[in-house]
Amino acid sequence: MNKRALLIIPGLFFIAMLGLLLFGLGRNPNMVPSALVNRPLPEFSLPGLKLNASAATSLIASEDLLGGIRIINFWATWCPPCHIEHPYLVEISEREKGVSFIGVNYKDDLDEARLFLEEKGSPFEKIIVDLDGSLGIDFGVAGAPETFIVDSFGMIRYRHVGVINHQIWEETFAPVISRIK
Amino acid sequence: MHRPLLIFLLFSVCILSANAAIEVYQFDNDSQQERFNELSGQLRCPMCLNSNLSGSDAPIAADLRAEIYEQILDGRSNDQIIEFMTERYGDFINYRPPLNSGTFLLWFAPLFLLLTGLLIVWRMGKASQLLKPTELTDAEQQKLKDILSSQK
Repeated sequence: MNKRALLIIPGLFFIAMLGLLLFGLGRNPNMVPSALVNRPLPEFSLPGLKLNASAATSLIASEDLLGGIRIINFWATWCPPCHIEHPYLVEISEREKGVSFIGVNYKDDLDEARLFLEEKGSPFEKIIVDLDGSLGIDFGVAGAPETFIVDSFGMIRYRHVGVINHQIWEETFAPVISRIK
Repeated sequence: MHRPLLIFLLFSVCILSANAAIEVYQFDNDSQQERFNELSGQLRCPMCLNSNLSGSDAPIAADLRAEIYEQILDGRSNDQIIEFMTERYGDFINYRPPLNSGTFLLWFAPLFLLLTGLLIVWRMGKASQLLKPTELTDAEQQKLKDILSSQK
């Protein structure tokens, strides 16, 4: 090989590294890939949260969530971003008839949680109580809020970390939902 | 406020926060304790990007430490515990990620770069050897002298 051709190699290498680093710079470091996407829901059976504190609580099991598209939202009253996304969840749950919202009250005080939902309205069809965060661990949740889209066969199809707002709903949730419908 | 008091308070705040991540776990024996330390050192906190479970104050790190503790007491092996974590949090959680198509570059890029670097150094060494002045033969030496003297 002649010498001049060899001189191109460091240049190419530099450009390749530059490209890789620029690509890395554009990625959101908080977007940790989820190990659970395209895997079935973890099995669980946990108490449900009733808005009336004296009402008897019934268990909610993973099988109970099959048969429709579910948006499973991990939330807590101690989590400020959950307060931010709550009004939008209420709004979108009234608008989107094809999906049902399941809340997971994550490591929360149940009285506070009831009060929160009474004051601000509940977007959730069912609320699962995860007092010690063990369901969170089974879902690979790092902290609230996190939201999963589950198809009617109980397969997890998408995981979103952080607040849901109109833009995120339209750009990420809506396409996934229309794909799995 | 008095300055010494202020300094004392500042330091006590530091000490409090440094202790926040330490829970007391009772193990049956030292090897369990050692495995706990090893696992919480090797597994990454899923929330904080660059801190292991033992070094993180995040609530999820405390939960996962508790999970490791429970599983060690249940007699599960290190591999089983790491598998449990990886199933839920992906390879991300392991500071020693397994070798697969997704982590191939991560494992072999440093080796590739090292070999490339060695190759370049080796070639540069050869090139500089070629440039080294060689001894002149007697005839050439004589010729050089002639040229130099004729210039005078």
